[in-house]
Amino acid sequence: MSGAPSSKARPRIEDLLREHAPQVLAAVVRRYGHFDASEDAVQEALLAASRQWPTQGVPDEPKAWLIAVAARRLTDELRSVEARRRREDAVANAAPGEVVADRAGRADRNGVDGVDGGTEHDDTLILLFMCCHPALSPASQLALTLRAVGGLSTAEIAAAFLVPETTMGQRISRAKQRIKAAGMSFERPPATEWAERLAVVLQVLYLMFNEGYTTTSGPDLQRPGLTVEAIRLTRLVHRSLPADGEVAGLLALMLLTDARRAARTNADGNLVPLAEQDRLRWDAGSIEEGVALVSRALTTSRLGPYQLQAAIAAVHAEAPSDADTDWRQIVLLYELLERIAPNPMVTLNHAVAVAMERGPRAGLAMLQSLDDDERMRGHHRLEAVRAHLLERAGEPAEARAAYRRAARRTTSLPEQRYLESRAARLADPSAIDSRADSRHDRTD
Amino acid sequence: MKFMLMIYGNDELWESFPEDEMRELVAETDALNRSLQQSGEMIGAYGVGNQEMCKTVHVENGSPVVTDGPYIEAKEYLGSFTIVDVENEARALEIAAANPFSRFGQVEVRTLMHEAAPPEL
Repeated sequence: MSGAPSSKARPRIEDLLREHAPQVLAAVVRRYGHFDASEDAVQEALLAASRQWPTQGVPDEPKAWLIAVAARRLTDELRSVEARRRREDAVANAAPGEVVADRAGRADRNGVDGVDGGTEHDDTLILLFMCCHPALSPASQLALTLRAVGGLSTAEIAAAFLVPETTMGQRISRAKQRIKAAGMSFERPPATEWAERLAVVLQVLYLMFNEGYTTTSGPDLQRPGLTVEAIRLTRLVHRSLPADGEVAGLLALMLLTDARRAARTNADGNLVPLAEQDRLRWDAGSIEEGVALVSRALTTSRLGPYQLQAAIAAVHAEAPSDADTDWRQIVLLYELLERIAPNPMVTLNHAVAVAMERGPRAGLAMLQSLDDDERMRGHHRLEAVRAHLLERAGEPAEARAAYRRAARRTTSLPEQRYLESRAARLADPSAIDSRADSRHDRTD
Repeated sequence: MKFMLMIYGNDELWESFPEDEMRELVAETDALNRSLQQSGEMIGAYGVGNQEMCKTVHVENGSPVVTDGPYIEAKEYLGSFTIVDVENEARALEIAAANPFSRFGQVEVRTLMHEAAPPEL
């Protein structure tokens, strides 16, 4: 996308389209109902715009243009569906079609919507709630969110997840069918479900971020396209719900993590652990924004797991070097996190922090509880952390075996290369780097 | 997560099915594949040519040497494979068990790790 100057106009149009996509979709769904057909119509309008605008210029009212084109596509489609149905009905002599009834039903509600108004930010949020409905699988939630809210094409989403376009197309259309079958309407979830549903939205956005940040398969360690999109969408949610501490916390966590992106891989594309990263390459702007966000959230709203994780990331971000990290503070934050959101991954990171503060044996002792945990037993992260702590504790043979186990289990190629190289260094005892004492496994 | 489901067998096994039974097994496989396509989990399903169509390539001093085979007589060889993208390993195992040939031979389920990535979004 950062190509020749001649194509400079393109990214701006693309950004404009993605920015408008959820608002256009919301407007069309409000007016006509039919989430699935509306979504298709909006995609067609976005496609038409991406073809016409670069040559014919951007219309004065781009959003209105997109809504008009999408509405025209949708009414054409509904009309042909209706005509088809009428022909079938005539043959079968059946009751009036669902489409007709559906449209009449929506017409009544339109008045209410008009009174309600509904700001652009609200609309984006409601769309997110629909796409992240608990009835959908996480893979479908992600795909549908990227398309309906992110305005990405099926081809782009398929490329991001390394699956064929037809596979992704089926996944998306299946997700839309489920939304239709569940009879979801374009409304905010009821207050009783609000917190639970918002938690799912945040989870999907965090999953999107992580999928981009540590790809689960493939030769590249990161797919920045997905992290950029996750941050952009989380920003939208934060704009709608500025007082929600967890939304701010998640945005801060993403910014503080993403700030390390450039330093996280070396020239060969291999993983560089946090302790060895060149902190001058961290993005100061993202760090500043993230720290400000999490500081404000921690003092003004109820404590939550995203805020605590962001606070931990902020302590790392503010340390001038690994040696100067305030590990005592990090251990305290992990203790809090374990109390309000116990989770084996938290315990694992807690153990790393404890090892940094009190020595590798103290960390290794904490790992024992994880060996009995169904979710963690044999997990590559557990084995990788164990390997590092064993190495630091002066047990090269056991450390090497643990590195090997971790390397076998990871599904990320760069991570596998990194773990194999650590194991290989331990094969020759004279080659062990004494500086390993100050290193640990936290890389995220 | 992506998995490759590999079905092993040998000529003896493939030829042991009467024609109508084979037709049923193929129909059952087609139905399974269709359902995976509809769920958006199917990446691809491939039948592998028999041993007579197998060639081996080895480069010697810069020039390729192509030989026929290898022919494996008694052992089982790869008959077909399916690549799926599913939520977790449990689902991949479920799909493997749904394959009709898992009743006669075995289906090997392997995690796919390395993949050439298309350009960024």
